[in-house]
Amino acid sequence: MSKTPSTLFDKVWDSHVVRHIADGPDVFFIDRHFIHEVTSPVAFLGLESRHLNVLYPERTFATADHNTPTINQDQPVKDPLSANQLKALETNSARYGISHWGLGNPKNGIVHVVGPENGITLPGMTIVCGDSHTSTHGAFGAIAFGIGTSEVEMVLSSQCIMQPKPKKMLIRVNGTLGKGVTPKDAILYIIAKLTAAGATGYFVEYAGDVFEQMSMEGRMTVCNMSIEMGARGGMIAPDQITFDYIKGKDKAPKGEAWDKALAYWKTLKTDEGSTFDVEHVFDAADIEPMITFGTNPGMGIGISQHIPVSHETGSGKASFEKSLNYMGFHEDDAMLGKKVDYVFIGSCTNGRIEDFRAFASIIKGRKKADHVTAWIVPGSHIVEQQIKDEGILDILTAAGFQLRQPGCSACLAMNDDKIPAGKYAVSTSNRNFEGRQGPGARTMLASPLVAAAAAVTGVVTDPRSLL
Amino acid sequence: MAYDKFEILTSTAVPLPIENVDTDQIIPARFLKATERKGFGDNLFRDWRYNSDDSPKQDFILNNPIYKGRILVGGKNFGSGSSREHAAWAIYDYGFRCVVSSFFADIFKGNSINVGLLPVQVTPAFLDKIFKAIEADPDTQLEVNLSEQKITLLATGESESFEINGYKKENLRNGYDDIDYLQSMKQEIVEFAAQSPY
Ligand code: SF4
Repeated sequence: MSKTPSTLFDKVWDSHVVRHIADGPDVFFIDRHFIHEVTSPVAFLGLESRHLNVLYPERTFATADHNTPTINQDQPVKDPLSANQLKALETNSARYGISHWGLGNPKNGIVHVVGPENGITLPGMTIVCGDSHTSTHGAFGAIAFGIGTSEVEMVLSSQCIMQPKPKKMLIRVNGTLGKGVTPKDAILYIIAKLTAAGATGYFVEYAGDVFEQMSMEGRMTVCNMSIEMGARGGMIAPDQITFDYIKGKDKAPKGEAWDKALAYWKTLKTDEGSTFDVEHVFDAADIEPMITFGTNPGMGIGISQHIPVSHETGSGKASFEKSLNYMGFHEDDAMLGKKVDYVFIGSCTNGRIEDFRAFASIIKGRKKADHVTAWIVPGSHIVEQQIKDEGILDILTAAGFQLRQPGCSACLAMNDDKIPAGKYAVSTSNRNFEGRQGPGARTMLASPLVAAAAAVTGVVTDPRSLL
Repeated sequence: MAYDKFEILTSTAVPLPIENVDTDQIIPARFLKATERKGFGDNLFRDWRYNSDDSPKQDFILNNPIYKGRILVGGKNFGSGSSREHAAWAIYDYGFRCVVSSFFADIFKGNSINVGLLPVQVTPAFLDKIFKAIEADPDTQLEVNLSEQKITLLATGESESFEINGYKKENLRNGYDDIDYLQSMKQEIVEFAAQSPY
């Protein structure tokens, strides 16, 4: 009997539907749930007030990351509100028997970095977390997306959420990325083409040569930013690169269980002849190092280009002008040569070892620009250790940089790492919204290479000229 | 979190004709440090509403007493960005029960319904009509009828229908939520979990 062809997304989604409600959402089973200090306390309060228990504590993992300091982590957290949330995470985890990697734990780090590096994230899983960049885990062929606090409460109490099935979008990028063009540039390019709302209502599958050749770190960077074009999430079919990455990881299946899992994972791909609601095809040769000039991630251009002149009218025009005003930029300005005050490398978008290798490749033999403040923040303690072991720390130190301790840091500036009002930051994180990196902060999103080039020259610089 | 039942809402509206209003603007991250769901309304649109010395910005719409009501009308792609449910809480706690826009970000839309805030998606043309009507007369009344899935500009009678799935609609009308539903099917979930490969 021939089966109707189905997509990777359909295979994983359909195998997790506990019940389909007519004219309503699916009751959707969740394999792995990550929680952190910011979006979980109110969910636990909800459980308590309804007298509910955590149904499967072994499926939930807690890590502290959003408001943790990136220096002196061995000392008590100074901000009382942050300390309070961290304490709540610890107490709630202990009370319900949830594994907790708090500050100081060698496994601690940003939730979307520690999940994959410890083998918690596996192909074919459904994964949620009260953080929109949960889409990162889609790099493994998992369905992963961010949820709200009410949904955190649902998963804790029933291991399910209620979700209508999203529509399907295929994004194919053919060819090979040029020298100095990174996965971050590929995704910033796609978002610029599709706009910040262009994939709303869809779940994306990324396919084509570019993603097939990409490392797991790169795939995570790409899937991470799916949400920035409005998509629920993004995923990439697992392949040998995926399996090699997972093998031997702490919580990955071993022995016979590994063989069984592998056989299943190999079936997780989009069948020949299956259809998507929308398809987009791009050519890798058209992508250059990218940078954003505005206040949403869709406002990105190739680094050698000029800020576009808006042809919109009405509120579209007003929003564009508001955005440029906030940034202190003008239509038709060149991006190259713009002054940079801060450089941030880190976050769940670009806080993995490959990102620091890329950063170091430009820093090596050069010096930090005097007026630039640089925050170099590994995504986890494991990444921090790799930075030390691989000699990257020595390169950073020789160039006048310091390495900080892991956490979300300036990605959302809930700790002390805030870009001051009016200052310009080149940031490897994922959001350039007004005030995202501190009230009044002006963010230009870019790759680790562009960040490194800015850090040593003090202005927006094409990294290809330094490679 | 229990919320009030929603049936018919008749109210004036507060216009915010800006596109891509993201959840970082609705409630900046530094206000996410609470461990209780209290007081978020005070910090709704904090940085648009107040100067850094906490004095109100006179030109922001929420500081203009002629605009009030329980309906917030926003530009296209409302609620984009971070998944923080706090954004929906802030809008709800401030006193709004309904947000109207021509387009909503997915997660925000889901979060809103979960906390009892009704997102009403209208066509760009109708949104424009609403903005113009409020501009001409800040006392313009809107009626949002959930069971008929209809939004009406009462002065002219112009109306448009909006979508919401039957399940969510019943929840809002009865003031109960997904957690109640999921608890009622616990046995089915446990059986499902037993055969999961993970
Ligand atoms: S690094 Fe930024 S985007 Fe990633 S989990 Fe932390 S706050 Fe969210």
